[in-house]
Amino acid sequence: MDLEKLATNFQQKINEEIKIEPKDWMPDAYRKTNIRQISQHAHSEIVGMLPEGNWITRAPSLKRKAILLAKIQDEAGHGLYLYSAAETLGISREEMLEQLHTGKAKYSSIFNYPSLTWADMGAIGWLVDGAAIVNQIILCRTSYGPYSRAMIRICKEESFHQRQGFEILWVLSQGTKEQKAMCQDAINRWWWPSLMMFGPKDDESPNTAQSLAWKIKIKTNDELRQQFVDMIAEQVKVLGMTLPDPNLKWNTKKLHYDFGEINWQEFWNVVNGNGPCNKQRLNARIKAHKDGAWVREAASAYAAKKNQPQSKVA
Amino acid sequence: MNNLIKKYFYGDYGEIEEGGSNTSQENQWPLWEIFIRSKQGLDHKHVGSLHAADAKMAIENARDVYTRRLEGVSIWVVESKYITANNPDEAGELFEPAKDKIYRHPTFYKLPDKVNHM
Repeated sequence: MDLEKLATNFQQKINEEIKIEPKDWMPDAYRKTNIRQISQHAHSEIVGMLPEGNWITRAPSLKRKAILLAKIQDEAGHGLYLYSAAETLGISREEMLEQLHTGKAKYSSIFNYPSLTWADMGAIGWLVDGAAIVNQIILCRTSYGPYSRAMIRICKEESFHQRQGFEILWVLSQGTKEQKAMCQDAINRWWWPSLMMFGPKDDESPNTAQSLAWKIKIKTNDELRQQFVDMIAEQVKVLGMTLPDPNLKWNTKKLHYDFGEINWQEFWNVVNGNGPCNKQRLNARIKAHKDGAWVREAASAYAAKKNQPQSKVA
Repeated sequence: MNNLIKKYFYGDYGEIEEGGSNTSQENQWPLWEIFIRSKQGLDHKHVGSLHAADAKMAIENARDVYTRRLEGVSIWVVESKYITANNPDEAGELFEPAKDKIYRHPTFYKLPDKVNHM
């Protein structure tokens, strides 16, 4: 079959909502875009464990500690699902880790912000995981089969993350004056970075049009961001807290919330490596990988030894 | 048109003859396919893949990754390189013989109303 015919067949499958599977023919750019998006997503899950890991030993009770551990373990699992999905496109795990550790591959810029107080664990669960879920639910319908299956599995597990986050803030919002202030402070610091999680505006997002045509993306960054704002603007009322945006207002014509302009300079700064914790996060990742090297080697050596034909023992 | 990628990855089997681990990635643990039986009486179902040094580690890691919420009562692990799959480019021909045999389906037979629930 010639290239043109293959490309036509491919697009036809996409249009008919038939998933693309690893061994099917696909345009090189489709493969590349998926590798980029899925591996960045995987890196985000893995780096995302770090801001929360910061609070495991300082969680206020054994219950909270157990919950936080379970949540972080989920994120390691989500990273694995996604790395496996990316591997089906022909990139190796080692290559992906290499790209992360050298800074060639990006991860969600949200994880370059510090988690300063216990209330941040609540805000991260509610806002950061909340934004992730909005993104991920729609990605369950993405055209690449292994990515879609990974997303379905992740979404099943993710809802506990958002609920436990909201519950942390809910408890604080019912507490002392100081606890209430801590709750509001965490919301103030995490709100804008959460909005940035949806990426650049549609007219400044160069990959969006092609990704939509290939159904790698189903909705645009701005559509998803709006959906998130509408959801959170209602939920924050339950907490008796506010969002740090004087322009946030229900628009009776559009039937959506209007909201203020995101600080895009800050966004690009963090994406380009100059956020508050970029260095710290990457160093922690590299250290963990290096410190674990002897375990990987020992396991390989043990497996190789066991596989050797047994010599006769008298 | 040659778009093959000479690497082992899940779902892409059968094109590479030599078996065994990929030489360019000697240090990487092999890839395993994971199958989980969600409860007694049901089939094992493919749930995903992971890297592990040996079968025991593959089972333990699969337990940690795929059954954290009691999703399984039994785990199978198979090293990915031992799975042979048909070539999707030839799937048309492979499945062609079943296409025109609609008489294999019960709905092919029109029976009198009285016995049509048969």
